[in-house]
Amino acid sequence: MTMLKIEGLTAEVDGKPILQGIDLEIPLGELHAIMGPNGSGKSTLSYVLAGREGYEVTGGSATFAGQDLLAMEPEQRAAAGLFLAFQYPVELPGVGNANFLRTALNALRRSRGESDLDAMQFLKLARERMRALHMPEDMLKRGVNVGFSGGEKKRNEVLQMALLGPRMAILDETDSGLDIDALRIVADGVNALRGPEFSALVITHYQRLLDYIVPDRVHVLIGGRIVKSGGPELAQELEASGYASVQAAA
Amino acid sequence: MNAMVQSGAEGFLHRFEGLRARLPGARLPWLAALREGAAEAFRVQGFPTRRQEAWKYTDLRPVAEAGFDEPLTMLDEGLALPPGHGTARAVFVDGRFRAELSTLEGIGFAVSGLAAALPGLEGRLGALAHPQGQPLAALNTMLFEDGLVVTVPAGIAGGMLDLVSVATETERPAAFHPRHLIRLEAGASLTIIETATGPEGARYLHNPVFEIEVAEGATLVHARLQQEAPRAFQLATVYASVAAGGTYDNFTLNAGGRLVRNEIHTTLTGPKAACHMNGAQLLGAGQHADTTTFLDHAAPDCASRQTYKTVLAGKSRGVFQGKILVRQVAQRTDGYQMNQALLLSPEAEIDSKPQLEIYADDVKCSHGATVGELDAEQLFYLRTRGIPEARARSMLVEAFLTEAVEGVNDAGARSALQAAVTGWWEKQAEAAA
Ligand SMILES: Nc1ncnc2c1ncn2[C@@H]1O[C@H](COP(=O)(O)OP(=O)(O)OP(=O)(O)O)[C@@H](O)[C@H]1O
Ligand SMILES: [Mg+2]
Repeated sequence: MTMLKIEGLTAEVDGKPILQGIDLEIPLGELHAIMGPNGSGKSTLSYVLAGREGYEVTGGSATFAGQDLLAMEPEQRAAAGLFLAFQYPVELPGVGNANFLRTALNALRRSRGESDLDAMQFLKLARERMRALHMPEDMLKRGVNVGFSGGEKKRNEVLQMALLGPRMAILDETDSGLDIDALRIVADGVNALRGPEFSALVITHYQRLLDYIVPDRVHVLIGGRIVKSGGPELAQELEASGYASVQAAA
Repeated sequence: MNAMVQSGAEGFLHRFEGLRARLPGARLPWLAALREGAAEAFRVQGFPTRRQEAWKYTDLRPVAEAGFDEPLTMLDEGLALPPGHGTARAVFVDGRFRAELSTLEGIGFAVSGLAAALPGLEGRLGALAHPQGQPLAALNTMLFEDGLVVTVPAGIAGGMLDLVSVATETERPAAFHPRHLIRLEAGASLTIIETATGPEGARYLHNPVFEIEVAEGATLVHARLQQEAPRAFQLATVYASVAAGGTYDNFTLNAGGRLVRNEIHTTLTGPKAACHMNGAQLLGAGQHADTTTFLDHAAPDCASRQTYKTVLAGKSRGVFQGKILVRQVAQRTDGYQMNQALLLSPEAEIDSKPQLEIYADDVKCSHGATVGELDAEQLFYLRTRGIPEARARSMLVEAFLTEAVEGVNDAGARSALQAAVTGWWEKQAEAAA
């Protein structure tokens, strides 16, 4: 079965065409990586898939578990099981992290017809997940991402993923800004979710992450188009020779 | 047939002519003189107009043009009292103290209705609220019939007192002008949570005046939850005087009413007195709310903090005016004022006017103002986590208000406020649906 199927997807931001016809298919249970130079449209693709306003789809389609993804509101996409870890996680001053996480979790539980977790049940679960990510507990008390270091923000994204348990995660440069130990921990967090029911799209600039999270496929995105796809070895090739060779060949 | 109800200042003056002999305390010469003086001041000034600096953004014509009757309160059928927060509560219906609805036994200080207490109030009533240049205080002084008198003796921790004001639905709009006198003697403390409401269809003018004295080292937390009926007017004026080492902590929520003014005059009269004035204005279609504060630093080493937040939905209008006066004696004043508005609709409008007047040279005073909309990126972030749009919006609005609500130094008052904020939001969401 196909988890995500993107066909001929074009999109523009502020009237500027960014995605120039993306074709991508991620089967259920597979983890794909996207690499590509700065400004090639990787984050734009992730925002379009998550339903961000202002990212206008001008053509093509995206289907998620057989549903028309592009017709859904962002919260409906989340309820359907899609999760986006932001390249730049958003700060929410005045919104406590615990309150945020519990509200999100309960919103998803409700959409699945499950009952709310009360504060105690939630805390127990959150603490467990945080321990696995080596996150200090006081991060629950602080405002969402407010005053978090770059690496802490990324870990907070992974914590959200771990709590919400999506069917598919898009990780937009979740490895950037992480120290070596944190990279390991985050990779373990992703690997813990891997299985026949979980798919992922990992956007990264670094081969190193893909040593820990070995992808089924690697795609190269340049100029809003996927110009090359291959197995995990493609990442190593890129690391060695850069994008110029791929670009020239395309 | 009743005589035609006159409107405007004339209507109220006419009412005073007719009632003066029957108003509470009419036989007390000092009070009669006070009322006559107030009537004269009101006759000369009339209702404030927008030509006056202090009323530049708020037009009282809808009040001036309406005709009001005396409240004729029916018996308590269908009277819906809001839930209480403490054990003690004083209930007012249409501005009149109702002992039989109040619970005031066993509290360690003196509380009574004002009408009954008038003979003992010479020199206290009117000590802070002067009719000159204050037309609404003049109107109140001329026509008040009742109010609350609270005196917390030195050193007593008074706990929490609910002050409940309910209006009833009358055939014709009614006006009431309660006068509340609150005195905390040296080292005393008290929290007052005031809730003002009325039934959906009621039209009335609620024009309360507070005279508040906080003596040396005393602490008063005064949370005002203004949740009047949608068509009501509330024009409230608070006069507070804080002595050395005392604290006055005012939080005002403006969530109800059609045209509302929350005017606060606080004077810090002794060294190391402190004042926190915080507030939230939550406005929906057709509402106008105005918070105007005057803070008088009249002694050295005092601190004042003001944080006001206004959330505007639909075609609504908010006003914040805040003046800080630092007198020459008030060296080492520490003053802070912040007012912020969140516009949820393109039709909403906010006016804000901070004003500093500083005559002392060793002073730390800052003020700031911001106007913004909900942040699209924050909203998107919340929604990608599965949080429905309406809930995501309410979370961001609550976050916007946090700083003001957290400034309230009493957990009970804070949670009462939070509940009121949530209630307002749910009503907005219902109206939008
Ligand atoms: N609001 C906007 N107006 C105009 N151009 C925009 C806007 N937002 C993004 N872009 C442009 O779209 C292009 C793609 O941006 P995107 O963020 O998707 O790149 P990326 O591949 O994620 O890059 P990086 O590796 O640096 O994260 C860039 O050239 C960027 O400048
Ligand atoms: Mg990017």
